[in-house]
Amino acid sequence: MGDVAIKIEGISKQYRIGELQKYKALRDTLADAMYSPFKLFHSIFGSSNTEDKGGNGTIWALKDVSFEIKRGEVVGIIGRNGAGKSTLLKILSRITEPTCGYAEIHGRVGSLLEVGTGFHPELTGRDNIYLNGAILGLRRAEVVQKFDEIVAFSGTEQFLDTPVKFYSSGMYMRLAFAVAAHLETEIVLVDEVLAVGDMAFQKKCLSRMGQVSKDGRTVLFVSHNISAILSLCNKVIYMADGGIRAIGAPQSIISSYLADVLANCGEDLERLRVQGYGKDVWFSEIKMVSNSREHLLFGQELVFELRVFSRRQVKHLSIGCTVFNDVGHPVGTLFTSETFSVEQGKQYYLRLLISNVSLAPGSYHAGFSIGYGGLNGMRHDLDIVIGSPAFRVLTLSEGEGAMPDWNRSWGNIVFKDAQLTVV
Amino acid sequence: MRAIPVFVIRRSHGLASLNLRELWHYRELAYFLAWRDIKVRYKQTTIGVAWVVLQPLAMMAVFSLFFGRLANVPSDGLPYHLFVLSALLPWHLFSRTISESTTSLITDQRLITKVYFPRIIVPVSTIIAAMVDFCIIACLLFAMMLIYGITPGLRVLWLPLFVLLLLVSSMGVGFWLSALNVEYRDVMYTVPFLNQLWFFLTPVVYPSSLLPQQWRIFYGLNPMTGVVEGFRWCLLGKGEGLSPMVALSAIVAVSLFGSGVIWFRSRERTFADALGSTGV
Repeated sequence: MGDVAIKIEGISKQYRIGELQKYKALRDTLADAMYSPFKLFHSIFGSSNTEDKGGNGTIWALKDVSFEIKRGEVVGIIGRNGAGKSTLLKILSRITEPTCGYAEIHGRVGSLLEVGTGFHPELTGRDNIYLNGAILGLRRAEVVQKFDEIVAFSGTEQFLDTPVKFYSSGMYMRLAFAVAAHLETEIVLVDEVLAVGDMAFQKKCLSRMGQVSKDGRTVLFVSHNISAILSLCNKVIYMADGGIRAIGAPQSIISSYLADVLANCGEDLERLRVQGYGKDVWFSEIKMVSNSREHLLFGQELVFELRVFSRRQVKHLSIGCTVFNDVGHPVGTLFTSETFSVEQGKQYYLRLLISNVSLAPGSYHAGFSIGYGGLNGMRHDLDIVIGSPAFRVLTLSEGEGAMPDWNRSWGNIVFKDAQLTVV
Repeated sequence: MRAIPVFVIRRSHGLASLNLRELWHYRELAYFLAWRDIKVRYKQTTIGVAWVVLQPLAMMAVFSLFFGRLANVPSDGLPYHLFVLSALLPWHLFSRTISESTTSLITDQRLITKVYFPRIIVPVSTIIAAMVDFCIIACLLFAMMLIYGITPGLRVLWLPLFVLLLLVSSMGVGFWLSALNVEYRDVMYTVPFLNQLWFFLTPVVYPSSLLPQQWRIFYGLNPMTGVVEGFRWCLLGKGEGLSPMVALSAIVAVSLFGSGVIWFRSRERTFADALGSTGV
């Protein structure tokens, strides 16, 4: 038992539908009291959640989840939006209580559920480091001790005495992650923090996470970034509909997850949307119109049709498109050089054509982003959807440019136009 | 190697244990949240901290004019300015604490839905922030006492006790209101009115000696009565000091505080859900 870090038995969490938005007005309770005074007494002094009447107006965000994690393991949690990943992390970090079930946690828990929580825009970078440290459970003495390290990690030395409201969003995120990354708890819970920041900083974060696990600490890691999960985790939990679909070695679990995602693609994009995006401008439909909806022949151009809806006016928008292979590694990315503007309350159809793709035969899926700003870390995305459409590139066995069966170990790109000369 | 603490997570029933050790562990957070509030409060004002002094001074001037001069409200033979200011000192802290702690959990809802810590830290930090103002106004009062040549005498040794009574009353009410406001936002809109009503139910602008002797003890049901009378008694030598009325106030204050803590701690586990935990 000595090396168990987290043990969970039958954890379930029930929400009343609408509970998340609505708060009770006093008159409702008073009206209830008119009808049955005893009920009021019970609802005030009794237990916090209504007893499960099952179904009727309630949903189970988590249903009977059990697993065990050993010390030093780095566990990735994958699953679509609404699968219960975040609820699970919230319960483990004690933000909310389970409706039933039991969990045992050996060690202090540090959670990076949302980077930058508790930052105050009016305070300087320096002040925010102390404040955020205290919120995350660091002692003042610990923050003092690590102050220089945190500042160096974030790379915001010159701006330490500037209120963070003047920071760029990239700087803000870097500083926030830097504080959180220096928590020294035995268990670290991470929810989708890598969705932010530029590539270089993401890399830094990933290596920091790798280092954390080398220290023998336990990491639970929720992400849509499949390749990050592949490179960091030694175990993966695949969640669906509030329960555990599969648990085991990363490669096989991720393959089955992606297979499921791709099998159901074409359904609503909501479930493929990266959490927190798509508030003002969003993709309402994405489809491939190349050859057919599911496949294209090797060498054919990729054509996508995107439908975008906007709730406000935004200028200088561009589209980003990344193609992922069957284990979720990104194969390549483009950002359109053309930009466009959207008006409030309107719908737009876009057509994206990519020629000269050279994708090797195999299964792929695409991810799209819509946003503005340059690529030097200043890009600001408004919506990101990963996983749709999925398509296959088929072998063209005859004629010009014929391809033999492609061996997976050769990678995903077929280099073309090579020349060999004997000199 | 350090001993690894073990936490058990399960649904808690009934009244949660108060877990004072945990509260002690998070004491620094209370300090930091208060420090944040203090730093930010007067940030974009031109005269900054001077507001702390100006507000009670202005109130004192207005009350002296209307109640002292025009309405001729008695002041137990003291200069009316001093009479009012000695009561405004505790009242200001009380009224600020109840109005700010009521909304404090809503203001910090992002924190509450994203990070774990004992939620009671949040209303506690509002009172810590208010205590800074309290100290500044106290200096002001002492300066005025010097000007009027009033020395408090040995009774002033009782003052810490009345300060404690003030803190206990403020926190007790603050815990109740802040926890109730998470579930019933009606509270938030009632508090300004409550604040005013409470002000006139407390002997701030008039002495409690205006009330008939036989009813005066019931006046002590308002904990702030005991606090205000006690402050005047310690500092200016007038009003009721260690009387049954003040004792009743103390009893009410302590029970408000105790029940407030228990109520708050038993509801706090539902706060994250009630405040909406999904929004990013």
